[in-house]
Amino acid sequence: MDFNLKIWRQKNAREKGHFETYKVSGIEEDTSFLEMLDILNEQLILQGIDPVSFDHDCREGICGACSLYINGRAHGPDDKVTTCQLFMRHFKNGETITVEPFRSAAFPVIKDLVIERKAFDKILQAGGFISVRTGSAQDANGILIPHDKAEESMDAAACVGCGACVATCRNGSAMLFVAARVSSLALLPQGRAEAARRARAMVAKMDELGFGNCTNTRACEMECPKGISVAHIARLNREFLKAKFSE
Amino acid sequence: MPDKLISKIPAGPLAEKWTRRKSEISLVSPNNKRKLDIIVVGTGLGGASAAAALGELGYNVKIFCISDSPRRAHSIAAQGGINAAKNYQNDNDSVYRLFYDTIKGGDYRSREANVYRLAEISSAIIDHCVAQGVPFARDYAGYLANRSFGGVQVSRTFYARGQTGQQLLLGAYASLNKEIAAGTVQCFPRYEMLDLVLVNGEAKGIIARNLVTGRLERFGAHAVVIATGGYGNTYFLSTNAMNSNGSAIMQCYRKGAFFANPCFAQIHPTCIPVHGSQQSKLTLMSESLRNDGRIWVPKKLEDVEKLRKHQIKASQIPEKDRDYYLERRYPAFGNLVPRDVASRAAKERCDAGYGVNETGLAVFLDFRDAISRLGHDKVEERYGNLFEMYRKITDSDPWEEPMMIYPAIHYTMGGLWVDYDLQTTVPGLFAIGEANFSDHGGNRLGASALMQGLADGYFILPVTIGDYLSKKFADPKTDVTSPVFEEAEERVQARIDRLFSIQGNCTVDSIHKELGQIMWENVGMARSEEGLKKAIKDIDALKEKFYKEVRVSGVQNEFNQELEKALRLEDFFDIGKLMAIDALQRKESCGGHFRVESQTEEGEAKRDDANYMYVSAWEYKGAETAPELHKEPLNYEFVEVKTRNYKE
Repeated sequence: MDFNLKIWRQKNAREKGHFETYKVSGIEEDTSFLEMLDILNEQLILQGIDPVSFDHDCREGICGACSLYINGRAHGPDDKVTTCQLFMRHFKNGETITVEPFRSAAFPVIKDLVIERKAFDKILQAGGFISVRTGSAQDANGILIPHDKAEESMDAAACVGCGACVATCRNGSAMLFVAARVSSLALLPQGRAEAARRARAMVAKMDELGFGNCTNTRACEMECPKGISVAHIARLNREFLKAKFSE
Repeated sequence: MPDKLISKIPAGPLAEKWTRRKSEISLVSPNNKRKLDIIVVGTGLGGASAAAALGELGYNVKIFCISDSPRRAHSIAAQGGINAAKNYQNDNDSVYRLFYDTIKGGDYRSREANVYRLAEISSAIIDHCVAQGVPFARDYAGYLANRSFGGVQVSRTFYARGQTGQQLLLGAYASLNKEIAAGTVQCFPRYEMLDLVLVNGEAKGIIARNLVTGRLERFGAHAVVIATGGYGNTYFLSTNAMNSNGSAIMQCYRKGAFFANPCFAQIHPTCIPVHGSQQSKLTLMSESLRNDGRIWVPKKLEDVEKLRKHQIKASQIPEKDRDYYLERRYPAFGNLVPRDVASRAAKERCDAGYGVNETGLAVFLDFRDAISRLGHDKVEERYGNLFEMYRKITDSDPWEEPMMIYPAIHYTMGGLWVDYDLQTTVPGLFAIGEANFSDHGGNRLGASALMQGLADGYFILPVTIGDYLSKKFADPKTDVTSPVFEEAEERVQARIDRLFSIQGNCTVDSIHKELGQIMWENVGMARSEEGLKKAIKDIDALKEKFYKEVRVSGVQNEFNQELEKALRLEDFFDIGKLMAIDALQRKESCGGHFRVESQTEEGEAKRDDANYMYVSAWEYKGAETAPELHKEPLNYEFVEVKTRNYKE
């Protein structure tokens, strides 16, 4: 298969970016999108052109590093996958494919398609944990969690922290990301003692870091590679309100 | 000099050794902990849990991570589960049985004392992870669920769907975040360690490159902990993440830390087969699938021919014409034999011409019987995400047709040699998790990597490092402006300058692929004296080509992934060669290491306990000199050493 690639190039955070167009040919349909970019980069290097930088690591859809906005969609045209699990069979031979980084005021570009997502770490550092010290836990079966609750908590915990929700949201809101963590913990009996503080602190940090407000467009849920439901946003809102009332 | 290999294994009965060692270890008072700095390199299960636990104790911790966030570390990709001797299933599991299974699974090439401690700690790990909010699978009454893994006959594996590594890593990352918020841990994402700095022979700091600005920076401490995982990417194609590398451990090796059992690499039997030359990595299908999936190839070569020509589908081959070769050869364990055994059996069938895809390098993993026995919903709940992942990658539906799988490089049991305190042969330098060699011998059992990473990080290192640091709290902060740091930085700078000066006509990846070919063909599933000697020669030649022909684009002081890869590839050459040298001296077959010269008439691996019951620990002697082999004898006081038998 052959493709025209219109790719965002940006030297660093300070300089302005622009699109460049490249051609790749002889791509097998079982090749992944990132492997196709590897092939492009091999070509560029030998032509003396700086290869395209992009974040990637596990290439099996779990580390959350990849963060490409392809033909106007976070992680491209296939549903419920990260970019690394997108395969060229989802494109038409000869197609022009536009590749950009995830865009958000809170995710500045480092280079080309690589973005800075420290804001997510900061939100979690504000309260996305249970403050248990190593060595102080009771027997694991001393805490009973019914199957369905554990499964629902797991649904939310499947978040890979990629930022597709933020990149997709027209308000640049991080509500789905924050909700995934808050809701996953809220469904469990552990850590209730600090639940109010957690919800307040994480929401405050999200606001402080320049993420937008949620207006319930549900675009985040549509584009989440792990299919995390906006029902978790509702649970975050309940947790937040409960926290407000407990003040 | 055998005096360097003092394993510090406490005397006394097996079950009392860890308690005894803990009682001997000197303590550091809280006010003195505040004065002590510790560098942790790596943020996977080992590094993140160690940094969190050390932070809780009150030490000043700096943790370094090559990714944009600690949460990306490759532990996240572990699928199946984590073992613990809880005996929640009342199936007669115990600390002893977990210990015994691990020793046996490792083909009697690991230390009894270390493995027993691991089994002893395993239960506390599950307790701690549940307390952190890890959503392990539960039954309807709310009790924890278990499943089985290869090489064992009890159900002791705890799991969170097919994402156990992710959930445990997010737990450790959350604890790390708690300590970052508390100010005890400082995190340096997008930094890569490029050298270890010794002061008077002790580990006192590192040189790291800021991957965003490209600049070299110096960091000092009272001790350094390496938690950078394994070196499976030496083979280019492996199940490891693209950025996983062996550079940190090689820097330590070159500074005097011994490298133990480098040739022990695990080849995982259930990976998605290679599809073509454009492939960048291999994807694992969790071992948990072997709980319910059955592995087979056709009995008749004519069916194989038809499969390869797409004239029939696997589901059309009748039961009587299927060869469930693991069930046939190993009736006691069946599809749940250890990984090394399952991998070799797949290779044996494919070498005999029964491989089921066009390349002849694939076998079936079939869920037909499981679906009819358990029903669609139950199978979906257990393996749904793995089925979906398989479908996305291969465009084939495992609900309709069996999965195709083939072995691939997955894990490295070898690593930095450590004593019982997890300290390397360099004072003040510790190694934990996959980066050390300690617990898995010649072959790691499934669901034991997560257990080891967390045992080391949460419960062992934070205790044992105290013994070293109790003698250091009066030492001043390490001065990073001293000449040793200056020289170390200059050496790294010279290395980088050399790479940019070459400007040849080969990309880094193309040379790495060549190295992978050499490794897979000669230091892979079947190793021979001839092949290993060839590998050593070929690696030397390829390294020479690299220094003449490689092209590293861009400049140093910017975000530059090509430079990162080139620096790592330099180290992969040396690791690959060391693996081949080690494999050459170990003339027995053992665990994942199969020497074709050493096999039984039935083609099973033949161990040689009389001559090789030792840990090979290699000492660096300079770039142009062969490394020196030291042997740590393995003494089995508590278990009877037997030939592994998964047949009866």
